[in-house]
Amino acid sequence: MHGLVNRSIESFLRHTYGNETWGEIADQAGIDRAGFEAMMVYDDAVTNDLLRAAAIRLDRPVEAIAEDVGAYLVGYEPLRRLLRFGGVEYIDFLLSLDELPDRAHLAVPDLDMPDLEISGGENGHFELCCKPDRFGFSSMLAGLVRAMADDYGALALIECAGGGRVTIDLLDERHARGRAFDLTKGGAV
Amino acid sequence: MDTMVGGTIGIDPTALGVLMPMHIVISAEGEIASVGTTIARLRLGRPLLHSQFRERFELRKPHTSISLGDLRRLTGQRLHLRLRESPFTAFRGTCVELATGQGLLFNLSFGIGLAEAVRSHGLTAADFAPTDLAIEFLYLKEAKAAVMSEIVALNGRLRVARQRAEAQALTDPLTGLHNRRALDMELQRSVAGVLRGGPGFALMQIDLDFFKVVNDTKGHAAGDHVLTVAAERLRKVFRSQDFIARVGGDEFVILLPGLTEPADLRRVARRLIRNIEQPIEWQGEACRISGSIGITMSSLYASPDPDRMLSDADAALYEAKRSGRGCYRVHSEKTAASART
Repeated sequence: MHGLVNRSIESFLRHTYGNETWGEIADQAGIDRAGFEAMMVYDDAVTNDLLRAAAIRLDRPVEAIAEDVGAYLVGYEPLRRLLRFGGVEYIDFLLSLDELPDRAHLAVPDLDMPDLEISGGENGHFELCCKPDRFGFSSMLAGLVRAMADDYGALALIECAGGGRVTIDLLDERHARGRAFDLTKGGAV
Repeated sequence: MDTMVGGTIGIDPTALGVLMPMHIVISAEGEIASVGTTIARLRLGRPLLHSQFRERFELRKPHTSISLGDLRRLTGQRLHLRLRESPFTAFRGTCVELATGQGLLFNLSFGIGLAEAVRSHGLTAADFAPTDLAIEFLYLKEAKAAVMSEIVALNGRLRVARQRAEAQALTDPLTGLHNRRALDMELQRSVAGVLRGGPGFALMQIDLDFFKVVNDTKGHAAGDHVLTVAAERLRKVFRSQDFIARVGGDEFVILLPGLTEPADLRRVARRLIRNIEQPIEWQGEACRISGSIGITMSSLYASPDPDRMLSDADAALYEAKRSGRGCYRVHSEKTAASART
């Protein structure tokens, strides 16, 4: 798995549970405490070991951790901005999710992401399908899509439905004032 | 079946604006007759509408003074235009002739200066046609910057790690002095410097006397302690620019740049031996060692050679040891001759 994914998990663990807990999880998973390089590719087994060790140490299911990682990522400003390029409104963002793997590829050609399919739209109900669903990827997406609803100021109910599926019920697209987004960094002059 | 050949299509200006929000229609008289929504949103001192096209835009490529007659000849070509006023936004585009006598239709884009234009004019995603890849371009620009900064940071970390590894590969772990490999490299460099006409240098080889006795009678820990203290004393005696290496169990080689006076070298050698002979305490007992020194200088050779200098210093050292412990000898033809016999 790409170092970006491993680094994201590491970063989340360090930030949320502290460096000491990260160190214990790293030891348990047989990973260097110094952590991952974002721009290097690691063996898939490393990601599995990391998630499993985190689940045991934190006594939480892998899916719950993955969901928190997804929400945590939106807090990383450069990534939040890249995600906001997906659409002007939250609904555009949702409908552009199937382009996410291609967009990720544009930025990082060796980042391997599962295929995403977004369907629905009637009565604000959408379904996001993630194939293949490995490393708790669909849970991570659920966390990310939920955090992005807040970012856009939309009110939505987001649930993992199993089998790589995430359901999104958009209740109010303009529930609150979302966070600002200018096309260019630093905004307009 | 209908074909468009020879026919014309009529289109409502609003509909044209949906297809091409960055279009400009100029009349047969060269006046800007209508513009798309994005062009209308440009932050300019006065609106473009109803002003003369050539007064507001400069044709950069193909280079020619702009007149409607010229432009008609430019239809279908790749045009580079620029605003004649701040922020001097650049455009690229092309133009086609409208139905006879109705003027020209330009379609523009920001080209490579997109990010700057979006910033200066405060544009949003809604200002671009769905077919326009402008948003993807901006996305890519930011994604690339984020990835590049990660790679730059990674390179920085790798460089530090490499420097650390190199330092370790060139350092004697016990004493922290340079090791044999580092000496070979430095000697090579020093000789190359002399060959290029740089200043000369001296090479000193030192063997600790009675070290083996300490090691055999008091153990390796005592031996290591003695070596560490001896290394400390070498550091004190030599100048900061001198290069001190531990090249064997109890052997050291020092390069002394700029020192080519035998009298100076003798003084350094005597001081060094005096220092080394100070008793070294180990678990309440005094260990006594001494040092024998062989010296050579680059100035003794017409064309100095690293191996030759090392073997001459070694021969001088051998000569010093034969004279008893705690002695030094400077290499000369005589020592060289006696070493060979």
